[in-house]
Amino acid sequence: MTGQVSPQQLAERALGHSRAQGAVVLVEETSTANLRWANNTLTTNGVAADRRVTVISTVAGATGTAAAAVTQAGIDEETIEALVRASEKAAGDAGPAPDARALLAPGDAAAARGSRWEEGPAGTDIEVFAGLAPALGEAFDAARSAGQLLFGFAEHTVVSTYLASSTGLRLRHDQPTGKLELNAKSPDFVRSAWGGVPTRDFADVDVLALGAQLGQRLDWQKRRIDLPAGRYETVLPATAVADLMIYLYWTAAARDAADGRTVFSAAGTPSGTKVGQRIGGPGVRLWSDPTAAGIECAPFVTATSSDAQSSVFDNGLALTSTDWIRDGVLEHLLTTRQSAEETGLAVSAPIDNLLLDAGGSGGLEDLTRSTEHGLLLTCLWYIREVDPQSLLLTGLTRDGVYQVEGGEVTGVVNNFRFNESPVDILNRITAAGATEGTLPREWNDYFTRAAMPALRIADFNMSSVSKAS
Amino acid sequence: MPSLDPTFAALPLRELAQAALDRARELGVDHADLRSERIRQQSIRLRDAELDGVNETVDSGLAVRVVHRGTWGFAAGTVQTPEAAVRLVEQAVRVAEVSAPVNQEPVILAPEPSHGERTWISSYELDPFEVPDTEKIGLLTDWSRRLLAADAVAHVDAFVYAVKENKFYADTHGTVTTQQRVRLHAALEAVAVDESTGAFETMRTLAPPVGRGWEFMRGVGWDWDAELAALPALLAEKLAAPSIEAGVYDVVVDPSNLWLTIHESIGHATELDRALGYEAAYAGTSFATLDKLDTLKYGSPVMRVTGDRTVEHGLSTVGFDDEGVETQQWDLITGGILTGYQLDRRIAQLKGLNEGRSNGCAFADSPGHAPIQRMANVSLQPAADGPSTAELIAQVKDGLYILGDKSWSIDMQRYNFQFTGQRAFRIKDGKLAGQVKDFAYQATTTDFWGSMEAVGGPETYVLGGAFNCGKGQPGQVAPVSHGCPSALFRGVRILNTVQEAGK
Repeated sequence: MTGQVSPQQLAERALGHSRAQGAVVLVEETSTANLRWANNTLTTNGVAADRRVTVISTVAGATGTAAAAVTQAGIDEETIEALVRASEKAAGDAGPAPDARALLAPGDAAAARGSRWEEGPAGTDIEVFAGLAPALGEAFDAARSAGQLLFGFAEHTVVSTYLASSTGLRLRHDQPTGKLELNAKSPDFVRSAWGGVPTRDFADVDVLALGAQLGQRLDWQKRRIDLPAGRYETVLPATAVADLMIYLYWTAAARDAADGRTVFSAAGTPSGTKVGQRIGGPGVRLWSDPTAAGIECAPFVTATSSDAQSSVFDNGLALTSTDWIRDGVLEHLLTTRQSAEETGLAVSAPIDNLLLDAGGSGGLEDLTRSTEHGLLLTCLWYIREVDPQSLLLTGLTRDGVYQVEGGEVTGVVNNFRFNESPVDILNRITAAGATEGTLPREWNDYFTRAAMPALRIADFNMSSVSKAS
Repeated sequence: MPSLDPTFAALPLRELAQAALDRARELGVDHADLRSERIRQQSIRLRDAELDGVNETVDSGLAVRVVHRGTWGFAAGTVQTPEAAVRLVEQAVRVAEVSAPVNQEPVILAPEPSHGERTWISSYELDPFEVPDTEKIGLLTDWSRRLLAADAVAHVDAFVYAVKENKFYADTHGTVTTQQRVRLHAALEAVAVDESTGAFETMRTLAPPVGRGWEFMRGVGWDWDAELAALPALLAEKLAAPSIEAGVYDVVVDPSNLWLTIHESIGHATELDRALGYEAAYAGTSFATLDKLDTLKYGSPVMRVTGDRTVEHGLSTVGFDDEGVETQQWDLITGGILTGYQLDRRIAQLKGLNEGRSNGCAFADSPGHAPIQRMANVSLQPAADGPSTAELIAQVKDGLYILGDKSWSIDMQRYNFQFTGQRAFRIKDGKLAGQVKDFAYQATTTDFWGSMEAVGGPETYVLGGAFNCGKGQPGQVAPVSHGCPSALFRGVRILNTVQEAGK
């Protein structure tokens, strides 16, 4: 907000107030704008600005070092000292932290460096939709003329993060995140098509073109075919692949694997995990890279809490391109410096994007054309873990399942509930498209930066029919 | 009796409201409301009796919502001064102007009487934020160690999550409310690993999240000692249990599992905004559309489901909702027939339900979000002289008794669902006959509730619930409770999850 102390000054003030052995301060300046619509009209909208400060104090005791994180919104010069004291008190009460390590300093090889600390925060506001809103109005007119209804959501958020530590780190990152989701339906809601696009600034979003594409999908749906539950050769678009791979990624903590409680556990190996073992088909690469074009993300760790995947002690740790799976072999699991040491694995902290390459080329249309007999999905929904042992996930197909015969879409099929494991799927790829940027349908509240290929999977388990449309 | 948090009461709330609402009137809005909120949350997590993380978050800020020339406008910020409040009003009006080309349907709110100045505080004894962290961590450490001491237990996760929510609301109609709620959720999960095969199983405590204070951790409303004492043996039995044979079974569902099935297949399906399509692109719609009100056979005649935001210790319970509506209780399903919906002011007016008055289901999860229609406490009522759980089990020749929620998934119209549980026992000739594992139940909503032959009596009734119900874009999280008795269902499809994985 205007007229306030700058985020850099606030971070320095916090460090100045600190009486603990160590401190990390994260100042996050967030601005966001959104529009939501249904039945060809606006339903809600809004803008919001938020400054939140996290203070992590580390306190050395007789038996080890403790840490606690306290986060508060609306902090200013008057209230920052109280926040620092609250963090110190919480750390003092916490007792030794198993993940305690020395805070990173600018000279450490593992620490991130150089990130325009002095610059002010980036921001967004409702004007980001100045072009979109009239275009949406036109899309509504077009939908009305075609006897269709449009639903959807547009959101743009910019977060500027400032990380300062008592050890001298001064790091900054601007993260724009944007998405547009569009859903077209027939007035009786029986036919439904969805499309989504990730964007960093909305300059590249063509909602009229997306609307026209969905209109074509609704036309495909005029011929309806009922199919029973069963195993089908199934073409998954990039968005569906992303939702499955993101779940796999979220389950990839080395510590959980070493404890014997995930699909990546392997009793009797030195790390207690499957690192080094083949888990997917040849040529399959799953990785994260903070510099990946179009889906750039923070090149250093910002952790406001410790858990199986992250440690507040690792704040400022540099993040670089990391292969999770390479040529089908599990290369890395998510580690903190502590869990890496305990398992004997490399340090590889979570990175906020995910890419998959299965050695394919071409797009969804090419995969469809080369499919003799199978299903083409639009997206997946309500994905939940059923059995951690195999990482069996359940969920639904949504907004258009199409029958493909001889490379042609022959009509729309009922929806299904599936039960499948994303790990198992990596061994049943019969064809792949090229890796492309995509918006994960299910997880885009939490994860938008993904590049995935469309995949054709053998014997995809459609466990039962869903009457939903 | 708890009292209003003095630091929240000390904020210049009335000055903020006056500055904002005066400016809104000057700008000629149809309606304006202002919320000032402070939400304090603490999470403490342990792993194998060692601290995994402790964090506290205080979310505070100011939100202004206007209806300007029939279009919504919403703006929020974290600075709580009269000047900032005025700026938010101006921003909200600008948001309405930019969005006007997208709005084809003027917003009109259902009338609600002015309630004047009102204060409401939820029912709890001990503010969790008044309890020292050392005591909280100490208690979870002790409980974790009790479980770890058992041979069967390889690992233990424990957490406690506490929330204190303060909301101030004022609108152009003269309602001014100041409210405070406290809620608590704690659980422990034990893991057993078979070192020879690598197989593992987990079992979590069934203690529900509650609208109570720290007294809940000291045994008010839950017997933690008994539950922790029983857990290791139950887990060991599960690890060694036979895998369920997939098929069709009669099932007795415990309230610790049934609350989530109610939440997904009734709670969300009777939200009118979903039935109208407001959530169509995201959370989904509902098969229980408005044209089926008073005719849809939702379930068997023993089924009565109510909505309320008034039950003591309920997670959705509050005095007034985020549109200044006084909270209520009403029927959603009566004798198995759909008879009501959950409403906010806009959709109550739009469809004239509840005599054109909202039943108080507007909620915003933070000062940064606009209120939307969110779930009331949706509860299945017990039979006044109904059977005990054991008596329900006695009515089953060959079946399952399922306890504790675990995995859940349901489609976007709330037809097809699949749930697992923490544990299940075979029932043979009316008696429990040991645990089975790898089970899931899968059904279509109306088939499942139509197969409900009997509901248990009031002594089987438990108020379960969740902190993390998701809905809306931008995504919002809401706490909600669901009460239910044990209930008996005939002919339910049971899957074997290992077979489902193709193994």
